[in-house]
Amino acid sequence: MNRYVYILSLFICWAAVFSSTVYADEFIVAQNNKTFKKDGKKIESITIKKGDTIRFKNEDPFFHNIFSLSDLKTFDLGSFPKGQSKTVVFDKAGTVEVECAIHPEMYMEVTIE
Amino acid sequence: MKLTTIARDVTYTCLFFMSTLMITNASVAATDINKYLRPAEIPQPSNNLITESRIELGKMLFFDPRLSGSNWISCATCHNPALGWSDGLPTAIGHGQKVLGRSTPTILNTAYQPLQFWDGRARSLEKQALGPIESAGEMAQSIGKSEGKLQSLIDELSALKGYRDAFEKAYPGEGITKKTIAKAIASFERTIVSTDSPFDLWIKGEKHAMNDAALRGFKVFEGKGNCVKCHNGFNFTDNGFHNIGLKDASDAGRYAIRKVKILIGAFKTPTLRDVALTAPYMHNGAYKTLEEVVDHYDRGGVTKENLSPNITKLNLTAREKSDLVEFLKSLTGAPNPITYPVLPTE
Repeated sequence: MNRYVYILSLFICWAAVFSSTVYADEFIVAQNNKTFKKDGKKIESITIKKGDTIRFKNEDPFFHNIFSLSDLKTFDLGSFPKGQSKTVVFDKAGTVEVECAIHPEMYMEVTIE
Repeated sequence: MKLTTIARDVTYTCLFFMSTLMITNASVAATDINKYLRPAEIPQPSNNLITESRIELGKMLFFDPRLSGSNWISCATCHNPALGWSDGLPTAIGHGQKVLGRSTPTILNTAYQPLQFWDGRARSLEKQALGPIESAGEMAQSIGKSEGKLQSLIDELSALKGYRDAFEKAYPGEGITKKTIAKAIASFERTIVSTDSPFDLWIKGEKHAMNDAALRGFKVFEGKGNCVKCHNGFNFTDNGFHNIGLKDASDAGRYAIRKVKILIGAFKTPTLRDVALTAPYMHNGAYKTLEEVVDHYDRGGVTKENLSPNITKLNLTAREKSDLVEFLKSLTGAPNPITYPVLPTE
């Protein structure tokens, strides 16, 4: 009996790891001409799933500093130059406001389902 | 014969590639210059479109000292049109002759700025307009409610037929309120825009509008000087916030509004339009001349803590520095003449 419980626990752990790694997507959001862009188009919002990652990639010839002070997810990626990128995993459902500290007109909302 | 044909083909191919390269370079240069062209229209919010009566009312309010608690300080006291819409002081002087912590920013071209104040705490000119009036250190005026002997601004203005009529004409049926006072002042401020400077005439094709030193300075500005990283576009600002490494780092700046590390000591990039008229420079008036400003950036700032990554030691030569100053001076146009309004007394 104990052996079955042990195998079942292993299976649950494996399923949990599998679901959070294999099915989590990564979205690339570029900082381009002082806007947030996805697939070359300006965006002000994006909807992703819990556990997904956004890779913030700087394509401008100057520094950006992406951050969020939202209660759901607070982060400060620091300043990074053209060509560099940094990632954030959004692990809770809700809405997160993302801005650039240097260029405050850069703003987008991330909805996590 | 065969060799001649090959030579001819090679020549034509080379010519083709050279012409392609020339066209590409020319279009890149044209694109780069276009970013400095004046936008077709002055930005204005749909709920407060600029009209003659709104400008007229806003101008009266802007020049009226009764907007302050002392009835002695108007918006124009600090934003003086004769001093580049600033005050010529290192930092402003407010109510009761109190010396304030930051310099008076020019209101020139604020219409093109998405955020107002040195720390960007107001998202529109309408939101900015009432701040200094109500600030205890600046104009110390109660706007909405009379308190004891201190008559509120709305009561003061409402007592004057001249203002009652001007508000009704500008904002029919809306009355004299905080909102209409702010909207009128913002409307007037949107009309304070830069005129064509030698640089503008040059980018429009007047080859001799800028002198040689200024032209060399433009190259330094865009190249070795790295100025364009923050001072770019028509208004020569990225509308962003940077810590530029001034000696006095005591003011938290934008960090008070957004608690992000890079914003400690960061302030809004000011316009460079009419910059020759707006000395002293920086948010605390640290430098008296443009030469001192250029020296500051040449040494990569003074205080290195939390310094913007855009600021690095430049190693400019003496000539490059003087050329850069000449270029900065070429961004100043002949100011539009301004006539003072006659203010209502009854």
